Amino acid sequence: MIHKKRLGTAGYYTAAIVIAVLAMIPFLWMLSTSFKSRGALMSVPIEWIPKEPTLKAYIKVFSKFPFLQTIGNSLFISVIYTLITLLSASMAAFAFAKLRFSAADLLLKVFLATMMIPTQVTIIPLFVVMNKMNLINTYGSVILPSIFRPFAVFLLVQQMRTIPNDYLDAASIDGASVFQVYYKVALPLCIPTLATLSITTFMESWNDYLWPLLMLTDKAKMTLPIALSTLNGQYATEYNVLMAGALISMIPIIVIYCFAQKNFKNGIMAGGIKG
Amino acid sequence: MKGNGPGKNRGCGGLITASPFLVPSLIGLAIFYLAPMLISVFISLTDWNGLDRLFADGFMRQHYIGLENYRSILTSDEFWKVLGNTLEYIVLYIPLMLLVSISVATLLSRQRKGVGVFRVLYYIPVLTSWVAASLIWKTILAPQFGAMNNILALFGIKGPGWLLDEKWAMPAIVLVSVWKDMGFFGLILLSGIIGINTSYYEAAAIDGAGPVTKFFRITLPLLTPAIFYVMIVSLINSFQLFPQIMIMTDGGPNGATQVMVERIYKYGFRYFQMGYASAFSWILFVIIMLCTALQLRGQNRWVNYDS
Repeated sequence: MIHKKRLGTAGYYTAAIVIAVLAMIPFLWMLSTSFKSRGALMSVPIEWIPKEPTLKAYIKVFSKFPFLQTIGNSLFISVIYTLITLLSASMAAFAFAKLRFSAADLLLKVFLATMMIPTQVTIIPLFVVMNKMNLINTYGSVILPSIFRPFAVFLLVQQMRTIPNDYLDAASIDGASVFQVYYKVALPLCIPTLATLSITTFMESWNDYLWPLLMLTDKAKMTLPIALSTLNGQYATEYNVLMAGALISMIPIIVIYCFAQKNFKNGIMAGGIKG
Repeated sequence: MKGNGPGKNRGCGGLITASPFLVPSLIGLAIFYLAPMLISVFISLTDWNGLDRLFADGFMRQHYIGLENYRSILTSDEFWKVLGNTLEYIVLYIPLMLLVSISVATLLSRQRKGVGVFRVLYYIPVLTSWVAASLIWKTILAPQFGAMNNILALFGIKGPGWLLDEKWAMPAIVLVSVWKDMGFFGLILLSGIIGINTSYYEAAAIDGAGPVTKFFRITLPLLTPAIFYVMIVSLINSFQLFPQIMIMTDGGPNGATQVMVERIYKYGFRYFQMGYASAFSWILFVIIMLCTALQLRGQNRWVNYDS
């Protein structure tokens, strides 16, 4: 019996470690390649660990490309995008869950139905709209769509419905206006969902590709994924430069993940995010 | 205290209270969804090149071509090739992804020492942007100096040209996608496993069932709702491949990895055939709807809902 259990443990860790190694090898390769010189990229036999590690690739990323600016752009866009999503979605959710008005159910259905529409269907006309509003190559072009995020509304409606009406009524009997009830009573009671949503929304915005690719063509305005894809065109064969850029682009999201692991987990369990 | 507190209003008085809360979302809905959808239908019926002003006088006379875009897409060899490429992806990706992510979920569901570390490690590929992940894999799959073929060489295997080889490019994309997504779908399935009532396992243990029997007789059947969800999501995603294609192959070699969104992007923003691209995007929409409907219909044949 004991022997069998030990075998089970060995089997478990073998399988778990094999998958972990497969998951991590690409990142180790990225790390190793980013410290190689251009010559070492094509050495035979291959240098798994660079013999003469150098920071040249990192220096090149920052000197040939406004990469600090890019990191700043990404941070700014993702933070504002997330804040607007939380504000707009929680307001709508409050109305749907706690205020009675005619056609509420129908309107909520329309909101949810838009989740079925792939973004590709609207990119061409949206490009036209953004062009008309002179928003191309502005942060606004990438941030503004955050004002309507049906999935966030959906999650927050679910959460707000669990708040007992008595709480809200008590506040309004005490003379609180509807807005005060919203931000002093309802919002604080939604903090767990808001926390989860803020992280998943931040990550989506941080990693987004198609829309910023169309909107941000000016180097000074680009987000990290767009800058990386530009590097891919410019330094297609300089893998060390590409890997240095990729590594830098990953750092912020990994740091956030380490601090807010639980919220990430809740976000996936809610069935939401995709990188 | 005018009696219009939350939860009390009905009828149009409520609408006046509610509207300030709804205005931002409604503006967004109108500008970023409804209007573009209508314009998109309109554009798809024209041969607009993106330059002439939309809705200008005489625009219709000059550019309206009815359903011609749809006809020419559906009768083009390219469309069917693109659909074939996507099917190749789906047929390889979905079974492999399910196998790996069910394994991941099963491993993470055990209360063993270090399981938290494994969960973090499996999840790091999900956190990585598709652009960064594609760049990393592009260098790994480089035929001569990439990690993949050099590792294979250690075992005496001569690896193919991967992304440069017409036969291997799509399987390579599948491989990368499975690597990227296993943590994501693994965690969704994990929440399914955690949701299974433990009394089933206790009853099975009393009957003398081993871990393998428990997995196939309890875990897997009761996990079918979660597996079903994962299949729908991954099927819909499969029709929307984009960043990995753009970065790793750009549709090549020789069109072997051309897919729908890549075509829509290129027709719209490289060849400026806005009408053609719009029609393409509506065909994509219909395909996605059909897949979802088919799966919803087929599900009661094999999904067990534990009520």
